[in-house]
Amino acid sequence: MKKYDCVTTISYPKKGAMGKTGNWRVFIPILDKSKCVKCLRCWIFCPEATIIRNKDNTVDIDYDYCKGCGICANVCKVKAIKMEREGKRK
Amino acid sequence: MTSVMIDTGNYIAAKAAVMCKPDVVAAYPITPQTTLVEGIANYVESGEFKGDYICVESEHSAMAACIGASSTGVRTFTGTSSHGLLLMHEMLHWAALARLPIVMCNINRVIGPGWNIWSDENDSISQRDTGWLQFYCSSNQEIFDTIIQSFKIAEHAKVSLPIMISYNAFILSHTSMPVHVPDQKDIDAFLPKRIPQWKLDVDNPITFGNIILPHEYEKVRKDMQKSQEYTKKLIPEIAREWKKKFGRFHGDLLEYYKCDGAEFILLSMGAIGAESKVAIDNLRKEGFKVGLARVRTFRPFPQEEILKLSKKADLIAIDRNISVGMEGALFTEIKGSLYGKSDAKVHGFIAGLGGKDVTFGDIEKMCKKAIDGKTKDHQVWFGLEEG
Repeated sequence: MKKYDCVTTISYPKKGAMGKTGNWRVFIPILDKSKCVKCLRCWIFCPEATIIRNKDNTVDIDYDYCKGCGICANVCKVKAIKMEREGKRK
Repeated sequence: MTSVMIDTGNYIAAKAAVMCKPDVVAAYPITPQTTLVEGIANYVESGEFKGDYICVESEHSAMAACIGASSTGVRTFTGTSSHGLLLMHEMLHWAALARLPIVMCNINRVIGPGWNIWSDENDSISQRDTGWLQFYCSSNQEIFDTIIQSFKIAEHAKVSLPIMISYNAFILSHTSMPVHVPDQKDIDAFLPKRIPQWKLDVDNPITFGNIILPHEYEKVRKDMQKSQEYTKKLIPEIAREWKKKFGRFHGDLLEYYKCDGAEFILLSMGAIGAESKVAIDNLRKEGFKVGLARVRTFRPFPQEEILKLSKKADLIAIDRNISVGMEGALFTEIKGSLYGKSDAKVHGFIAGLGGKDVTFGDIEKMCKKAIDGKTKDHQVWFGLEEG
């Protein structure tokens, strides 16, 4: 990385520049793969790019960086994603 | 070759700014700054100013536009005054913390109410903690020279901070004086194009002003302090380089006048600083051993130089501002600079608020009052207190 003569607040974009932001989460999205119809709406709408699209268009969730906003659950047409309070998960 | 231009402080500032070839000027007019931005608009019309002139809807937007432009690595200039400066306040902090070398003229004007357009330093003094360097000018020539030097100081890799150049409403902004204007090629040689250390660039994306954690934030503030401290060396160096090339010198952080053998040294800023020279001449003729140290830079504050002066003389400060509930800012900061290191007395006066005229005669009276020990350890409101 380039060295500067003074200290300022710039950063180069990289995965996890702010640390593992998944620990900010209060609600966690739980995906029921048996209900998923591979429409990819969750993948399109996730503001943090934490829905991982697999080659066969199934999806997984990157819990290291998912902040639990719930947009994926909201946009899912078949209710394959539900939000649960963190810590209650078995 | 230099030419001589006879014009007002604002038109001289416009000329200096255009000769620095800024890529972007974004400004909103306000009395008494209006003719400064009109001056630049005239240079757009004549083709002499080739940068982008952004007309904005407020001063907050003017500073925001300068911040955006400066982030792309280009040179930016703006000007404002009084309530306009106050509307910029949030963005002033942003410009300094983002380390953007924006140069701005602020024409010192009263804050209302009561509505008043005359000279008073409370607008810029109330912005002293924003991280900007602050220069105070005492003549149109000094305005011209300081603007050009300021870009060089602000854009220095070890500084990267914005600079505010203040001068008095009407007393300088609307008063014509002859000013020596160097050739454009000589200014280009003195002030090369800005080389940004980083910039907003779509081909090389960087996140600007992102979240940082507490221990990192503290380092950002400490580095701003380090850079301001560094300018205490750099400002005199650049002032002397200017002197060598163009033959003019207005002082380093302070301008000394007849300080040899002085038992009292007067500290004042801006136009009162220029007027003080006449007062010092008269007092010297009467046999009073008084000298002048005109404060050119309020930030960085010349603590070391003032401490040095206090070893030889007692000090007299004139403030054209008041931090209500405390005292004039210059008085406070001079005393702070001496604390525990000097036994010199500091005599303080408040004068010229609301644009009230401060003549050399007034300054002589203040000095005599201090010499006679009549200030009794509190800051005297000149003309409002008996005795």
